[in-house]
Amino acid sequence: MITTTGLTKVYRSRGREVTALDGVDLHVREGEVYGVVGQSGAGKSTLIRCVNLLERPSSGTVTVNGRDLTALAGRGPRANAALREARSRIGMVFQHFNLLSSRTVQANIELPLEILGVSGKERERKALELLDLVGLADKAKAYPAQLSGGQKQRVGIARALAGDPKVLLSDESTSALDPETTRSILQLLRDLNQQLGLTVLLITHEMDVVKTICDSAALMKGGRVVESGTVSELLATPGSELAAELFPVGGEPSGADRTVVDVTFHGEAATQPVISQLSRTYNIDISILGAAMDTVAGKQIGRMRIELPGRFEENVVPIGFLREQGLQVDVADVAYPAPADAALLKEGVK
Amino acid sequence: MRPLLYNNSLDTLFMVWWATFYAVVAGVPLGLLLILTDRGGLLQNVVVNKVVGAIVNIGRSFPFLILMVVLIPFTRFLVSTSIGPSGAVVPLAIAAIPFFARLVEAAVREVDHGLVEAVQSMGGGTWTVVFKVLLPQALPALVAAVTTTVITLIGYSAIAGAVGGGGLGNLAYTYGFQQYETRLMVVTVVLLILLVTLVQLLGDLVVKRLAGRGSRSSASVRVGLRRPRTAGAPQAGQAPVTATEEPATALTKTP
Repeated sequence: MITTTGLTKVYRSRGREVTALDGVDLHVREGEVYGVVGQSGAGKSTLIRCVNLLERPSSGTVTVNGRDLTALAGRGPRANAALREARSRIGMVFQHFNLLSSRTVQANIELPLEILGVSGKERERKALELLDLVGLADKAKAYPAQLSGGQKQRVGIARALAGDPKVLLSDESTSALDPETTRSILQLLRDLNQQLGLTVLLITHEMDVVKTICDSAALMKGGRVVESGTVSELLATPGSELAAELFPVGGEPSGADRTVVDVTFHGEAATQPVISQLSRTYNIDISILGAAMDTVAGKQIGRMRIELPGRFEENVVPIGFLREQGLQVDVADVAYPAPADAALLKEGVK
Repeated sequence: MRPLLYNNSLDTLFMVWWATFYAVVAGVPLGLLLILTDRGGLLQNVVVNKVVGAIVNIGRSFPFLILMVVLIPFTRFLVSTSIGPSGAVVPLAIAAIPFFARLVEAAVREVDHGLVEAVQSMGGGTWTVVFKVLLPQALPALVAAVTTTVITLIGYSAIAGAVGGGGLGNLAYTYGFQQYETRLMVVTVVLLILLVTLVQLLGDLVVKRLAGRGSRSSASVRVGLRRPRTAGAPQAGQAPVTATEEPATALTKTP
């Protein structure tokens, strides 16, 4: 749905050059929620603004819904009619909402329809319908100043949907909101994604946002995408930084004679009580040291660190059992502090 | 004395009204041009920006009295006289246009750039941005700018009056100053003070109305929210009298 190839953006000011994007290839499939994460200055904001060409890329191409926007836009610095038409079919939501304080909520939602040349009656009908969709049917005549942050963002989302877009771009849309409001806005985005088949590209610095609603994610660093893929693909990638951030597990063994393994649930197998099955089948006691798990649509996804009694050699069979269940099992690289060291420590104290 | 005051007051209003009219008609596009052609503007054009900026600066640096004299041939060409209220409108307008253009520039610059981006992301072009975002969002500041311009023009019109422009300034100068009619001069000055005060009050009222869109009713909403909270969680041992008093103080404090 959204594809960028070799997207590069270089800012020049007073002879200095700053590379904000350094050859970004992004592929967002139709109907998915795609999250781009990274620290501030990583280039995420420039990236999303390049998708609807609010920012002109220095080189590379952007294709949205099969149309090559970079070719459409031509060379001039100003947006031509073709690019403006294409933009009107791409919704965008902003961190600071960007609602016009001089207009009522309804008039704010009608603005994109005015630009599209929709008649007054039709505009009103559409605006009220959208307000109903985002759960603000009673606020049509209110001004933005009278709304809470979450309500403002709902208006922003309704406005972004006015042009019946197939794609919604979300530029840190929950970063100015408190955790509870963030959850409700993410839920709304998820619902819209499922009800309308909307493709959502969002950028955020909050891992929780990705964890809550994203099907796929990319990690940006210094203007490059360093990791990308579906959440389960990322989980399956050994040493994936994103997976570790999304599903952090920790915990140390409780004794020297233990085997600690990380079990990764890719979200492909249906939910099964694997751990208790393992325990019953081999009659072993298992303790869970740490876990970051989610169940999405009946599929388990996440990571778990468990401790098995005995050395690795004694646990080959139970580990094999876990692998048979379609789980990824890695022996964790953590060691119990050797008793010799502990004795030394005690002596040192004396 | 009455008809004298009346006629001259009308002359002052005539001059100020038309000069303001032309200042707004020419100043708004000029101010927008300054903003749009500026570095990073929607119609970025450094050459146009520098030239227009220079013209505006030259217009603003002329002392008004000198400007009037310099413009005499131009004024004669336009309205075939250089004296009287009609003759004074031309230099007044010429002086007010660059002044107002700078005020427009400052007012429009205050509009959040995020709003411009939002409209661009909807597919809006430059004119959509100007007419749907920049001007409506800057409206309160623009009204304040008109108020300032009108008051400045009342002052300038008095200078114009002193050199043959007519109006209250002329009255104060010819009768009050030159013929020692102190009473008439005082009355004229009081009239000017009243005029300026009235314009300022009116301007402030309109600005308040425009800027306060939605905020007044939001204050009542906030009070409405506060009331059940104080009523819903009454502190143990508190006298019922204070419990009913609290929302009342909230009501008076919030606005």
